[in-house]
Amino acid sequence: MISLELYNYWVVIFLMMAGFYILITSNHLIKKIIGLNIFQTSVFMLYISMGKVAGGTAPIAVEGVSNYSNPLPHVLILTAIVVGIATTSLALALVIRIKEAYGSVQEDEILEMDQIADHGKAEDEDNQADSSGASSK
Amino acid sequence: MLVFTTIAIVRLRNLFAIVMLSGIYSLLLANIFVTLDAVDVAFTEASVGAGISTVLMLATIGITGYDIKARSNIRRLVPLIVVSITGAVLVYGTMDMPAFTDAMAPIHQHVAPRYIIDSPQEIGIPNMVTSVLASYRGYDTMGEVIVVFAALVGVLSLIGIRETKVVPNYLEPPARPILQVMAKLMIPFIILFALYVQFHGDFGPGGGFQAGVIFSVAIILYTLTFSQYDGMRLMPPKILKILAASGVLIYGGTGIWTILKGGTFLNYSVLGDTSVAGQHLGILVIEFGVGLTVATTMMLLFFAFVSRGDSKR
Repeated sequence: MISLELYNYWVVIFLMMAGFYILITSNHLIKKIIGLNIFQTSVFMLYISMGKVAGGTAPIAVEGVSNYSNPLPHVLILTAIVVGIATTSLALALVIRIKEAYGSVQEDEILEMDQIADHGKAEDEDNQADSSGASSK
Repeated sequence: MLVFTTIAIVRLRNLFAIVMLSGIYSLLLANIFVTLDAVDVAFTEASVGAGISTVLMLATIGITGYDIKARSNIRRLVPLIVVSITGAVLVYGTMDMPAFTDAMAPIHQHVAPRYIIDSPQEIGIPNMVTSVLASYRGYDTMGEVIVVFAALVGVLSLIGIRETKVVPNYLEPPARPILQVMAKLMIPFIILFALYVQFHGDFGPGGGFQAGVIFSVAIILYTLTFSQYDGMRLMPPKILKILAASGVLIYGGTGIWTILKGGTFLNYSVLGDTSVAGQHLGILVIEFGVGLTVATTMMLLFFAFVSRGDSKR
């Protein structure tokens, strides 16, 4: 049962897990976004590789050809790529705002600052106001 | 190759190198898409992934800084174990999947035969990807365009565009004569190519999404080689914002138009004398709407990031 017939899925899984690993381990927010992008492209690969048919050609009708690859995954992924860049830019915009508010894009430094902001005033029960005060400075 | 690039991205610390490698990664991915027959997708990935996304990433790291400091309490083993177990479970899951390039796989049995066999007659255009995108799944595509527009609204409300009123001193930053002349030579051809991709998308690979991105690349190239002030004078952000919204309006308006003509929402068959002519007209109009929104959105995103970086300096 185990053969090279399934290798496209394994490449996809490797890429997906590499993206996942970057997302977990990296400390820098932009590197995290790149990890998320790799995760996303692995899904693109999955769809496109499933649409491929042996001996098929690109889904543009030509006389004398009857064997085409499946156009449906192409459509879904084409729009997904453009939506992907739009959402990535939204994430990058958030990173810029975080940089301006905290002066850092390292995850551990930001968490530390949040800790200080939350527990610096020990009696203050209104943590929400505290952290928003820190981010708007 | 893709796998090696990914490993390099995982290992590297220098953010600039990582961003460049992710551009290369996108280009490799586009090549793989071509070999997998997905020409439209490869087109999009090459222009979006290797082009716009790299530029936006570079603009961001220009603001945030290049170096990655190591995490103080570093633990690599636990994430590695988690990732390995998840991967192993997924590999186990693939054992039941149909083999690669199997023509009898379930994915090819449902609606795909109808798209492949009927669409050249029903819609009258040879590129099945365009006919599925614009006609059969027109609702989906409208949703995607609205998502792109919503992301633009989000970015603008988060960081906004700071229009530079000051005329730049052309002596500094130092003039780049070679780049500027080359860019001037390239830009007309890039725009021509974008228009070709836009209006030839029915017959060859291409369409509104790709054309919009390519068009915006021409303007981005101009802004990069000249200055932000010149770029914004050429394409004033105020006008771009109106155009981005009107692209969505054109798409939705076409849907309303088909209703007024007595059809259902986005059923273009009623627009022309014959059903095929109506489909053709409808696809052309909504692809134009898509192209308009995508092009202006990409330009506005670029202006937003770049102007943010410059105002910090």
